[in-house]
Amino acid sequence: MRMKHICMAGLVMFAATTIALAGPSGGTVSGKVTYEGTPAKMKPIDMSKEPSCAKMYPTPPVAETVVTGAGNSLGDVVVYVSAGAPDEPAPSSAATFTQKGCRYIPHILALEVNQELKIINEDQTSHNIHPLPKLNREWNKSQPPGTPAISEKYDKAEFIPVKCNVHPWMHGTFAVLKNSHFAVTGDGGAFTLPNLLPGKYTITAWQESYGEQSQEVTITGSETKTISFVFKAKPY
Amino acid sequence: MRNFKFAMICLNLAVALALPTAATAQDMGSHVGNLKGNSSNGAALYYRYCWGCHGARGNGDGENAPYVQPTPRNFVAATFKCRSTPTGMLPTDQDLYNSLGRGFITTNMPSWITLTDQNRADLVAFIKTFSPRWKSEKPGDPIPVPAEPALTLASIQHGKELYQKLECWKCHGQEGRGDGPSASTLTDSNDQPIKPYNFYTGYRFKCGTTNSDLYKIFMTGLDGTPMPSFADVVKPEEAWDLVHYLRTLQIWHKSPELTMWEATPQGSEIVKSEKVRNTYTGNPIHP
Repeated sequence: MRMKHICMAGLVMFAATTIALAGPSGGTVSGKVTYEGTPAKMKPIDMSKEPSCAKMYPTPPVAETVVTGAGNSLGDVVVYVSAGAPDEPAPSSAATFTQKGCRYIPHILALEVNQELKIINEDQTSHNIHPLPKLNREWNKSQPPGTPAISEKYDKAEFIPVKCNVHPWMHGTFAVLKNSHFAVTGDGGAFTLPNLLPGKYTITAWQESYGEQSQEVTITGSETKTISFVFKAKPY
Repeated sequence: MRNFKFAMICLNLAVALALPTAATAQDMGSHVGNLKGNSSNGAALYYRYCWGCHGARGNGDGENAPYVQPTPRNFVAATFKCRSTPTGMLPTDQDLYNSLGRGFITTNMPSWITLTDQNRADLVAFIKTFSPRWKSEKPGDPIPVPAEPALTLASIQHGKELYQKLECWKCHGQEGRGDGPSASTLTDSNDQPIKPYNFYTGYRFKCGTTNSDLYKIFMTGLDGTPMPSFADVVKPEEAWDLVHYLRTLQIWHKSPELTMWEATPQGSEIVKSEKVRNTYTGNPIHP
C-alpha cells in the first residue's frame, strides 16, 4: 500500500519537473509599426570633412532619424514590454555597436541592463564614443582605428543618445531595457515578441523623433495577439 | 493660547524640514589631506557664495545661470571635468578641493583661494550631498601617473607623431589653436557650443598648470565635454611624450620643452612662423 503511494508521488514529481523544464512557451505579440501623414525628408549627410569615410559612399547616405519603408512602415522602432514582465538578469552574450563608414551600425541598439556592450571601430579614422545618459554614468572614450573593442555596460534602464564629437553627423541610441522581450523593427516595420507567459502586458513602441506609444495586451495561453502602432509623422 | 503655541511650533518645524538641508543619514563628509570637511558648515558657505550660479538644488540653474557660458556645474548629475579618476567615475575629494581653489580659467567660476582650506573642505562635503551617486558608488581609483621621464628631443618628436596619429588636430588644429575641422561643430553634453583648448593663447588649463595636470587631462578626459579619455589607447610613457610636445604648442610660454624645441632647426622654423602669424584665428561658434 505504502509502495503504491510512493510510486504515485514519484510519478507526480516526475511529471511536474517535466512540465517545468519544458522550455519557453506562452503567447506572442506581433504586429507592424506604421506612420500617417508626411514624414520629413531625410537630408543627405555631408562627410566632406572626413574624406576616408566620404569615399565609401557613391552617393551620400541620408540621415537615419526617421527610417521609412514600403506601406508607410517605420523601421528602427524599439518595441518592448514596459510592464507586466519581471526584470531579467543580463544574458552572457555581448551587444555589438560598430562604427563603419562614419555611421553607427545598428543605428538603434537594444540591449539589456548589465549586458556587455562591445563597441568596435572599423573605420580608418579615430572616433570618440560619447553616450549621453541622464540616469547612467556619462563617459567619453577615444577609439583610434586598430585599437581593441571597448567593453562597457549600463546598470539602469534608459534610452541613451550616442554621438561622436569629431563627426557631428553621427547619432545613435542605446535602448537599455529591463527584460529580454524587445524587438527593433526592420524594413517593413514588423515586430514579434514571443515567449510571453499568461498575464497582462504593456507593450511600448519608441521612435527617436516621434516619441512613445503604449498598448495593453493580455495573454491567456499560447495564442498570438496582433497589435499595430501608428505614429503621426512630423513634417520637420 | 496653548493650542496656538503648539500650532506655531508645528508650523516652524514643518518649515525647517521643508528647506533644503544637508543629508544627514548618508553624509560622509570629506577628507582632503589632514582636513575633514563637514557638510553642515559647507551648507552655510554654499548658500552664501555658490547658489547664485549653481542653484538652490545644486543642479546648475541658479539666478545667474542664464547669463553664464559655459553653464554652471550641475552637482546633481555629478559629471565633473577635472578628475584624477577614469572617465565616467566620480572625482576624489582632493579633485573637487583643487577645482575650488583653482577656479576654471576662461569661465565664470572664480578661484576660491580666498576661503580657508577648511572652508573649501566643508564645501566639498556639502557638494557631495546633491547627488545620490556619492552614496551608491565610490569615487574611482585615481589613475597611476608614472614619474615624468627626462625631457629629450626624441620624446617631443614622438609626441608630435602621436598628435597626428591620435587625430588631436581634428579639434585642436595642426598648430593647437583650437581651429581644427571639427572645432566649429563641437557641443558639450548640454548641447551648448564649446571650443577646444587653444594652446596658442595660454599656458594654464582648466584643470591645472603642471605637466602632471596636462597628463591627467587627456588620460581621464573632461567628462561632460567633447574631450575624451585616451587612457585605453595611449601607454603611460607615450603619454609623457605627448605632454612634452603639447608644451611646444604654447609658444608664448617659456617652458623647458619649448626651449629645447626652438633650439632645433625644425622647431625654430615652426615657432617663428607661428609668432609671425600673429592672428588669433579662433573658431566661429556658428559657422
